[in-house]
Amino acid sequence: MSELDIPADVTGDVVTFRLDGEVLAVAAGRLREVLEKVRVTRVPGAPDFAAGVINVRGSVVPLADLRVPLRMPRPAEQDDVRILVLELTLAEQATTVGILADAVHEVTRLDPGTLEEIPPVGTRWPPRYVAAVGRWQGEFVTVPDLNAIFADFLGGQGRTHSNGATGAEPNAEPETV
Amino acid sequence: MMDEETLATFLAEAEGLVESLEAQLLALRDRPTDRALIDGVFRDLHTLKGSGAMFGREDIAGFLHQFESAFEGVRDGTVAVDDELIAISLAARDHVAHLLGNPGDGGGQPLLERLTLHLGQSGAPQAVETAGGHWQLRFFLPPDTLSLGGRPEIVLEELRALGAADPRPILGELPVLEDLDPLELCLGWEMELPGKVTEDEIHAVFMFHEEGLRLELMPPGGDRRKGDRRQGSTTRRRAPATATVEKTAAPPATSAQAPALMRVPAERLDDMMDRVGELVIAEARLIEIANRSGDANLMLVAEDIRRLATAMRDTTMSIRMTPIGTIAGRFRRLVHDLSAKLGRAIEFSVEGEETELDKTVVERLTEPLMHIIRNSADHGLEAAEERLEQGKREAGKLVLSARYSGAEVLISVTDGGRGMNRDAIRARAIERGLIAEGTDLAGDALLNLIFEPGFSTASQVTELSGRGVGMDVVRRTVEGLRGSIQVASEPGHGSSVTLRLPLTLAIIDGLLIETAGERYVIPLAAVDEIVELPAAQARPGGGNAFLDIRDSLVPYLRLRGLLNCQGSPGPFQKVVVVTSSEGRVGLVVDRIIGSNQTVIKQLSPLHAELKTFSGATILGDGAVALILDVPHLIQRGRCEADAGREAA
Repeated sequence: MSELDIPADVTGDVVTFRLDGEVLAVAAGRLREVLEKVRVTRVPGAPDFAAGVINVRGSVVPLADLRVPLRMPRPAEQDDVRILVLELTLAEQATTVGILADAVHEVTRLDPGTLEEIPPVGTRWPPRYVAAVGRWQGEFVTVPDLNAIFADFLGGQGRTHSNGATGAEPNAEPETV
Repeated sequence: MMDEETLATFLAEAEGLVESLEAQLLALRDRPTDRALIDGVFRDLHTLKGSGAMFGREDIAGFLHQFESAFEGVRDGTVAVDDELIAISLAARDHVAHLLGNPGDGGGQPLLERLTLHLGQSGAPQAVETAGGHWQLRFFLPPDTLSLGGRPEIVLEELRALGAADPRPILGELPVLEDLDPLELCLGWEMELPGKVTEDEIHAVFMFHEEGLRLELMPPGGDRRKGDRRQGSTTRRRAPATATVEKTAAPPATSAQAPALMRVPAERLDDMMDRVGELVIAEARLIEIANRSGDANLMLVAEDIRRLATAMRDTTMSIRMTPIGTIAGRFRRLVHDLSAKLGRAIEFSVEGEETELDKTVVERLTEPLMHIIRNSADHGLEAAEERLEQGKREAGKLVLSARYSGAEVLISVTDGGRGMNRDAIRARAIERGLIAEGTDLAGDALLNLIFEPGFSTASQVTELSGRGVGMDVVRRTVEGLRGSIQVASEPGHGSSVTLRLPLTLAIIDGLLIETAGERYVIPLAAVDEIVELPAAQARPGGGNAFLDIRDSLVPYLRLRGLLNCQGSPGPFQKVVVVTSSEGRVGLVVDRIIGSNQTVIKQLSPLHAELKTFSGATILGDGAVALILDVPHLIQRGRCEADAGREAA
């Protein structure tokens, strides 16, 4: 798998977390902090992907739910959630966002030898939202392509949820950060 | 060499002068004999040249020298102000503005030639020849000149440029060596200057060293008289034999009556606003904690902090408020240029120049407004013959006006031109696929299609406008400032484009309300009054949503519905009556919590498209509350009501 275009996000330190029973990982360099028990303010009219905002040290930060683009089920009521506060670049502007997690595990390094592209069959995830799949403590780890996901949901609506009038598929290549 | 801060100061000052110069030149065109304006232009040119030289920008100083002389001639009455002189001077002003960012660009030479040619034609003597003989000049620059960064060699160079012969240092005041402070200037100079040099020219050389300057000047063939510092006067008399001057500290006479001003880099104001925002949020938390604690002393202090924070906020905001007039000069210039380019006489006026807006808003409005003005002059106003045919006056009217309306400022550009062509707009909209063939839109809805991307009905693409880009960009900019834009037009009588903008983007007074357990902020400036919702109308039903408030009908919208809230309301709902462009409209809420200072935080790009909210704020308990954008909310409510009617 050496020809695989692995983003730098994946080869350095990553932080692993659990969502709907799956293990996911994001670049540790993007993580600012992990929050618990945060009051979420609902944003009426916003897409499910970013249905709320939270207060992170005096800033108003959107809270994103990766279960929407990754097509995971979303339980109605959930008490014990964690929020990973990440620094991303959205619409060419440095933006802080929160993403929901059921639990946050550890900062680790994925063995580059185990990293693979997502197999074309047998997965429920849209392939362009997944940068790579690796292994961690005997489990599969999915590295979501946050750039691709957030790019699709900019402006308050997800292109995947629009009526498809434009039909333009967003760029599927994972971006190297 | 100059450090960056000094350079920035110079550039800021020079930009201010360049702008003032432009305004005065434009005013002078209309009132060519106005003494104050002529003096003003001369002074600006002079100061610009002087500070250019002082900061080592010989390109600027050299370029401006001739213009300064020309206006000296105007001041003396030997050169007349005419359109050509104004046109050349405006072009020169542009060149200087260009030079500020591009040092050493030699592109100004043709302008100088044009000026010489023009002055030659108008038969102006270049300089008044005085009788022969020489000025005798002796001077000591202020002792602190060096420590303040002054450069005596520049003064000497300028004197040499005036024709100074044989400058000799005066060493008599040098202290003994152990008392010598290398930063204290003890040297003086003496020299002769040609008799044709005017006294003003000599004084001009010292304009940056007036405070503490000792200067003795003996006119050609006259007696030397020594100056007395205390009786030094700032007025310059024109009599050629005025010999004595020792200047008191004073900038050139104009600014004497102007209020003391200070230039501050804009980003410091932004930083300050951020800090005040944080202060206001911290204060809200303090008040909440104090109230919960029940400690009377703590509550007293908290109240004090609240008062101070409010005052701090108001002061900071007022610092940031900028009158529209500050950018009006650019529009005058634009219209002047357009008028020349299009060959149409345009009568441009600005109303409500004193109307103030947050500086960010004012800055970001400049481009869109220029675009609108360009469009109005190019497409709106007719050519002279067409106007005369229709019995209109030859000069077309163009008015930029600004005024307050609730928490908003309305800025409009109105022209007295031909009005917009509805048929052409409809045809174009159909051609562009914006509306279906055979359909028509009522009233202004059709006109507002001009803000759609790629729309342009100009049959000819002119140099000025009509490329079909622009109006959509204008709308996007205005919406980015949380404003809206509308056009109105009357065939044969002209059109007007109106921008509605929020007063500020930073902190507002808000009314905190609760609906279905969620808190929202309504900008207090939009709120008229609060009334009870009659119990009979507590639940949405088939009836009309109107209230009778003091014999006038007020339609209302239910926030629960607009914000897709769950659950059903309690029996005691309130109606917040707000003013909008649609008149008075009520918003039904569950509960009024109170008023608070609201620090507006922009929503992230993920939520930027949601027009219902103008931002978010952080409450005293740390939770986030969204700020309702009243005009957009009401617009949405109206659309939903329309849709409901159609469905029924």
